[in-house]
Amino acid sequence: MTTTTPKSKTIRTFLWIVAILGGLAIVYAIVMGTMMSRMGDAPSDLDYSTTRESDNGVFRVSYMPSTGMIPINQMHEWTVHVENADGAPVEDATITVDGDMPQHGHGLPTGPRVTEHLGNGDYLVEGLKFQMGGWWLMDFTITANGQTDAVHFNMMLK
Amino acid sequence: MRSKHYLPVLAMISGSLLFIAACSSLLPTRWSDDELATLKNLWIRSLPLLPADPSNQYADNVDAAVFGQKLFFDRRFSSNGEVACSTCHLPDQFFQDGKPLANGVGTTTRRTMTILGTAYSPWLFWDGRKDSQWAQALGPMESAVEHGGNRTLYAHLIAEFYADEYTTLFGPLPALSTLPPNAGPVADSEAMANWETMSPEEKEAVTRIYVNMGKSIAAYERRLNPGEARFDQYVEALLNNDPAANDILTPDEIAGLKLFIGEANCTNCHNGPLFTNNDFHNTGVPAVNDLPDDVGRSLGAQQVLSDEFNCLSVYSDAQPDQCAELNFLVMDEHQQERQYKPPSLRNVAGRGPFMHAGQFATLEDVLDHYNTAPQAPVGHSELQPLNLTEKQIAQIISFLKTLDGPIDADPKWLTAPR
Repeated sequence: MTTTTPKSKTIRTFLWIVAILGGLAIVYAIVMGTMMSRMGDAPSDLDYSTTRESDNGVFRVSYMPSTGMIPINQMHEWTVHVENADGAPVEDATITVDGDMPQHGHGLPTGPRVTEHLGNGDYLVEGLKFQMGGWWLMDFTITANGQTDAVHFNMMLK
Repeated sequence: MRSKHYLPVLAMISGSLLFIAACSSLLPTRWSDDELATLKNLWIRSLPLLPADPSNQYADNVDAAVFGQKLFFDRRFSSNGEVACSTCHLPDQFFQDGKPLANGVGTTTRRTMTILGTAYSPWLFWDGRKDSQWAQALGPMESAVEHGGNRTLYAHLIAEFYADEYTTLFGPLPALSTLPPNAGPVADSEAMANWETMSPEEKEAVTRIYVNMGKSIAAYERRLNPGEARFDQYVEALLNNDPAANDILTPDEIAGLKLFIGEANCTNCHNGPLFTNNDFHNTGVPAVNDLPDDVGRSLGAQQVLSDEFNCLSVYSDAQPDQCAELNFLVMDEHQQERQYKPPSLRNVAGRGPFMHAGQFATLEDVLDHYNTAPQAPVGHSELQPLNLTEKQIAQIISFLKTLDGPIDADPKWLTAPR
């Protein structure tokens, strides 16, 4: 048989308070952690490849920024390389460029375009600028040899 | 009986967690490598050297800057002899006026923007309807509610008061004595009618004087840039692993900074050492009832493309391929509706009221707007509700006050010249 002295009762009450406060702290940490990790996240399964096939497999396209890493708030250019499905360079293509931030509902701050056909399936795209970090989606619509297809690149800029 | 066994264990675990939580809140804030990279990008010393302005061959000419400073403070260059650039761009208020709407000879429909750091901006005004400091400076001089003057009025004033300085810089003045005292492509019908009586050669000659005034004012304004703030000292200490960093900002200011570059999404638009991406955004800022409809960048983009003084104009000194911003200008009337340029946040705390027509009196009002993200009156707001607590909002405001700093300029540029 156990007896409960006033002293042990005080200790038990104290332990319960500590336990409850600790429990609340854990719940708070979990809730805050979940909120923090959810904010501003792009889909986790995005493909960030710099070489991708167009939607219908007509073209295989890659891009190379002139600056190496893509800068924020700095006008720069890309070389875009276009091949057909067999890996042969595609010459004399007509290419339109667009881009947007799917989570923000806004597009590029500039209107980039192809300014030069460099040969060997390479095209110079000038006037590229990204005004903030985050998930960007770049779209190139390519027409060559009577076929049109679009290719999309995901980028996570910092 | 059983509770006796697990209660102390539970209490011990919980107590330890509480202890760790308490200790971690006392420890200095830790920054991830990504966060440190962001802080370095915001640091004033990451600001590149002043970019060249190929459209203004006098941009770095000190004599032109001295002349421009005189024009900037000279009230004679207005319809009533009482308005100068410095009327709204006051040196002791970081070159703005602290009013919701600017007052020249009348009242404008927008708030005065600061001049500090605008040499770094590809677009000027809230809607970016000008693409250089010199083209910007010429806008208010012909506005009916700002300086209210016109091109021949200014040409005559140059000939009367600044002939020697002008001639030394730009060559001889054309014959002006036969030209009307007031003439120019302005709202005033008499001045406009007079302008139409002038020959193309006369108009061109008078406009050249006008353009050279703008280029001189720009040469002056280029020298006015924001200086180092307490925030910058903090970042420098962090980058040097200097433990004194935590003596430079208070824990609340640091917490506010962490929110600013993180959860509150502020650096989406307020990025780089000037805390602006110089782009245009619709953030759902409310319209002002008594003002005419304002579509922001939607109109500004069209205006800059057709501007008489843009980078591609005959008055620009740039080669066409040096006008990259204009060459790759975005025109999207719908998406650009009510988009405005994010102003620099350096010295923002002392620069209320806020937004393009001074819609918000205090930083609390501004943060409340971003926190609740109301719908835009027109167009689409980019904001999402932040759900920040009052304490977090107060911390962000504390941080914003750490961006107070001096003007980085020789003191001789900060007062009216003798």
